[in-house]
Amino acid sequence: MIEIKRISKSFGDRLVVDDVSFTFEQGKTNLIIGESGSGKTTIMKLMVGLHEIDKGEILYDGLNFPTLEVKEKQEVRKKIGMLFQGGALFDSQTLEQNVRFPLDMFTDMSPAEKIDRVNFCLEKVQLSGKNDLYPGELSGGMKKRAALARAISNSPQYLFCDEPNSGLDPKTSIVIDNLIQSLTHEFNITTIVITHDMNSVVEIGEKVLYIYKGKPWWTGNGKDILKTTNPELLDFVFASGFMKEVFNAVKEKNG
Amino acid sequence: MNLFFHLGRYFILIKRVFSKPEKMSVYGKQMVHEIDNIGISSLPIIAIISFFMGGVITIQSAFGFTSPLVPLYAVGFTVRESMLLEFCPTIVCLILAGKMGSNIASEIGSMRITEQIDALEIMGINSAGYLILPKILAGVLILPFLIAISMFLGIFGGYVMGIATHACSAYEYIFGIQYGFEPWKLYYSFTKVITFAFLITSISSYFGYYTHGGALEVGKSSTSAVVYSSILILIFNFLLTQLFLT
Ligand SMILES: Nc1ncnc2c1ncn2[C@@H]1O[C@H](COP(=O)(O)OP(=O)(O)OP(=O)(O)O)[C@@H](O)[C@H]1O
Ligand SMILES: [Mg+2]
Repeated sequence: MIEIKRISKSFGDRLVVDDVSFTFEQGKTNLIIGESGSGKTTIMKLMVGLHEIDKGEILYDGLNFPTLEVKEKQEVRKKIGMLFQGGALFDSQTLEQNVRFPLDMFTDMSPAEKIDRVNFCLEKVQLSGKNDLYPGELSGGMKKRAALARAISNSPQYLFCDEPNSGLDPKTSIVIDNLIQSLTHEFNITTIVITHDMNSVVEIGEKVLYIYKGKPWWTGNGKDILKTTNPELLDFVFASGFMKEVFNAVKEKNG
Repeated sequence: MNLFFHLGRYFILIKRVFSKPEKMSVYGKQMVHEIDNIGISSLPIIAIISFFMGGVITIQSAFGFTSPLVPLYAVGFTVRESMLLEFCPTIVCLILAGKMGSNIASEIGSMRITEQIDALEIMGINSAGYLILPKILAGVLILPFLIAISMFLGIFGGYVMGIATHACSAYEYIFGIQYGFEPWKLYYSFTKVITFAFLITSISSYFGYYTHGGALEVGKSSTSAVVYSSILILIFNFLLTQLFLT
């Protein structure tokens, strides 16, 4: 479980995250949604300490992360898996080396065990047999999936995914969403997913935080979101003409 | 103010670089890779430059020593002194600062802007140590060997060119390169090389590590890396020379 309490962050004199509190539950897929530029990635980076918070607390199972010493922070981070919005794969290493990297660094597995684990993770993200390709040789969607494989390779306790299925076709998106959710349930991970994809919100949003201009605007679960009366959220959810028509049609039908 | 800012941040970075590694074996592998990457790959250019410089210094000094009072073995002596004391340890290191410096800064800089360094940090790895320590150690270890080869090839180049152009005889040249040789001067030369190796690798890493922005900034970092490494090489060359030779 990760709790954020009243965190704020400005870049220069621009307030990007404004007094956000939320509890990310263990064993659930917790979603952060919001328009582009609303501060989602910034919240995630604050949580893992890539940016320093100006105010507030970030509690990892009770440990106040920002106040920890460097060494203690590193200990917490060893339990974190993170998928960056841009992938952030190591360019100079093959896919296999990328996924094996956390294992090389932090485990005493034998080489054979490591290979097994790598192949298992690659298979999960549907990249079996691509072990020897370099990131430069992958498509955008493949990079995303490879980065997810790396994020989960060392069995993290906390999993952060920044837009895991942007750039993927609808079918692969569903596979990735389901993978994230099943891992979360199976290993009781505290999972935080940033997404724009309404399909993911409804399918895997067990707990949802909607951010509007850096402020926490709405919380609930993915199914509730369709019944919301919050005007900004409605605007966000039913942004496309198609969705609006569906929404109106359903409304008419139900009276 | 700016200078102090950079100096302070540089020393803080260096302190992080030399904190205890997470896993020795991984660092070891990185270092072997870096020795190849930043060291061995520089060998061809160093070999060519040294050979021809040795040759040209031979011809120039033979051309200049017209007085019958100056013996012809002075040519060999001149080549040896200039190669050992200044050309190989300083000029070749300046050339390497250009090659290695831009290589290191752009590699680390592009890792920074594509969030690869953040990814390392998130995993709980000391990114400064992991990325920079192997480069510094590889540089400090391999440069003395490269420079030793450079010295040999410079003197050898002088021999070949001297004979080919009849600037001096083989006997005179070989006598000259042994004349008045003081081994402690090598100590001076290699102290310089090791210092310069540290300066090049650490300064270039510093500029790469603190890159902000995009591809353009990576270019700027790698330019700064070369400029500042070169300037510091010149300053330290002066300081060490004062220290050893006066
Ligand atoms: N390092 C930074 N320095 C200055 N401003 C920043 C920095 N990172 C983000 N910002 C600003 O903070 C705001 C929120 O950015 P953030 O990346 O969190 O958005 P986001 O919600 O993740 O958007 P997207 O969905 O497009 O990824 C943006 O206006 C951005 O310009
Ligand atoms: Mg983002």
